Amino acid sequence: MDRKVTLAHGDGGELAHKLIQQIFVSAFGNETASHFDSAFLSVGSGEIAVTTDSFVVHPLFFPGGDIGKLAVSGTVNDLSVAGARPLFLTAGFIIEEGFPLSDLRTIVRSLAREAEQAGVHVVAGDTKVVEKGGADGLYINTTGIGLKRKETGIAPERMEAGDAVILSGTAGDHGIAILAARGELGLITDLKSDCAPLNQMIDRLFQGGIDIKMMRDPTRGGVATTLVEIAEDFGVQIELTESRIPIRNEVKGACDILGFDPLYLANEGKVILIVADKDRERALEVLHATPEGSQATLIGKVTGRGHGQLVLETPLGSKRRLHRLSGMMLPRIC
Amino acid sequence: MQTLFEPADPQVAKELAEKVNRLADRCREKTGELPAFMEVCGSHTMALARTGVKLILKGHVRMISGPGCPVCVTDQKQIDAMIELAESEERIVCTFGDMMRVPGSKRSLLSAKTEGRDVRIVYSPLDAVRIAEENPDKEVVFLGVGFETTVPVLAAALQLANEKQVANFSMWTQAKLVQPVLRTLLSVKKVKINGFLLPGHVSIVLGAKAYQFLVDDYRMPGVISGFEPVEMLSAIYQLLQMTLEGRPAILNNYKSVVRTDGNEAARNMMFRYFEPADAAWRGMGIIPQSGLAIRREYSRFDAKKKFHIHVGQPKKTRCRCGDMICGLAAPDECILFGKACTPLHPVGPCMVSTEGSCAAHYAYLREEG
Repeated sequence: MDRKVTLAHGDGGELAHKLIQQIFVSAFGNETASHFDSAFLSVGSGEIAVTTDSFVVHPLFFPGGDIGKLAVSGTVNDLSVAGARPLFLTAGFIIEEGFPLSDLRTIVRSLAREAEQAGVHVVAGDTKVVEKGGADGLYINTTGIGLKRKETGIAPERMEAGDAVILSGTAGDHGIAILAARGELGLITDLKSDCAPLNQMIDRLFQGGIDIKMMRDPTRGGVATTLVEIAEDFGVQIELTESRIPIRNEVKGACDILGFDPLYLANEGKVILIVADKDRERALEVLHATPEGSQATLIGKVTGRGHGQLVLETPLGSKRRLHRLSGMMLPRIC
Repeated sequence: MQTLFEPADPQVAKELAEKVNRLADRCREKTGELPAFMEVCGSHTMALARTGVKLILKGHVRMISGPGCPVCVTDQKQIDAMIELAESEERIVCTFGDMMRVPGSKRSLLSAKTEGRDVRIVYSPLDAVRIAEENPDKEVVFLGVGFETTVPVLAAALQLANEKQVANFSMWTQAKLVQPVLRTLLSVKKVKINGFLLPGHVSIVLGAKAYQFLVDDYRMPGVISGFEPVEMLSAIYQLLQMTLEGRPAILNNYKSVVRTDGNEAARNMMFRYFEPADAAWRGMGIIPQSGLAIRREYSRFDAKKKFHIHVGQPKKTRCRCGDMICGLAAPDECILFGKACTPLHPVGPCMVSTEGSCAAHYAYLREEG
């Protein structure tokens, strides 16, 4: 383990995984629960789902959203992919001295609007102001509370050979949109972040009776790291077909120039579903009928249990292993 | 929207790969050896690994990484000097992202940043000039690493700083030239290859005719190629054809962007601010006139003259990056690969650069872990 925390510890890849396992999980225990985006707590006859997340995005405003919208989306999605119905949010704000009140108002309104549209209530909050230089503008922490769906069949141990792996839309939009919004690229203009709460889209899947065995939103570390985690944590072999993975032209172009791999870029409005093969087409139909899932695609399949590996079949027919994001992705020189 | 790989291409690419392998097998029957080609450019190294081309050619064609990753060829003492530059609180060091995690003798720029030094990633050296304008009380140093592709942009930054008279801007240059290193590989290192997959980006500036010396002096074929699987495969096919026929030539397979004469304006820009100078290459020592130094008339922007940086001897490791860039070893032939040396704890630059052969192998061709 490194002696100091670096930015790469926050990128959702191999270092972040080690940080969580070696410092947090080892202190708090409960290793099994750490494999899910929300915890389920038994209360009476039902189960309450709880999750928490902090948002430190820079810049605070970006095409397709802002930190307020992101805070709702991230937390609502963590509850939703765990198979819970999001109901309540808390919101804690850490604000740097000198932060413009007008920006704060805009962000809080955005958070409120997004929560209303997602059908969740903001029920508690907190504000702390730190000295100038003590924070980078504004951070938000949200805790989400929901109820476990009765109809959910989410259980990773049910994954088996033949199950379909579906991605609900294009990969990497948020990662490139944020980079572009920082003004560091100078060549991308109209790409928007995919940032959106997905609970209503996921509602439709459950209402349609789709047999979802596993679900996760591919945020930091991207589609590849998320699927490596699923493969390793639950001992399944997953194979992706590279030529099926949907990606926007702008994202592909930016990745070509920068030397980034779109499979490792963050998404904030996408979900990866692993569904029973018999429900594959129906799941795609349901997703295609929603605005967030209109570009959903079957990107691969579960090929068996036991190995815990993610494999990518290239268009040439060769197969190569995919691993967790290893350190930060850094732009190349030429 | 499209997919990670254009849907129209896969079948073409697959059929082409099969043709390449059949031709390669004929080549092997004739010569008794696996045909071997060197991809000069680090972006080709990455693209060959990422797209699966390298895997599909395995056992038929040997693709060898060359000296075209600007980070990997930078001498360790120079890396130490750059880290030393960042030590002063009076300075802001700006760099391309690739340089951040390259280990010097003791640490990297990233660890210097973690310890509070002002090290910033920029996407263009012009941004570093802007940062200098915004921070008049600090010295802003840009770390200028790169080949002919990058140098015109370095020159543009010097031009901007000169026009705006930004006195607190300077550049620590480690720019290098492709032609002298290829000559060194062929004449000094005697690297065993049948031809070169020539760089697409650098050739935009140099032009196709800049490689004619490979044929004239070394009877070595070369094909300039883009970075898509079909482009790389068709270039390899042409290299195999020339190898079989024993008729070397320089072919331009990237005509949409590379001209015979290259980009004269970019070259003029480059030589207005830089002049050829001896340069140290990792694993190869000093190659005469293989680098570029800031011209004397602009020496006020030359960080090497502006600041007196002293560095000690490089730390000896068992890292084989030096052999790697000469095409004398493959990543998995290094005893450190994937064990003591990983992207999180790199021993050498080939493991951290986004164009490094070890990084490509670790990310895309590694089976274990």
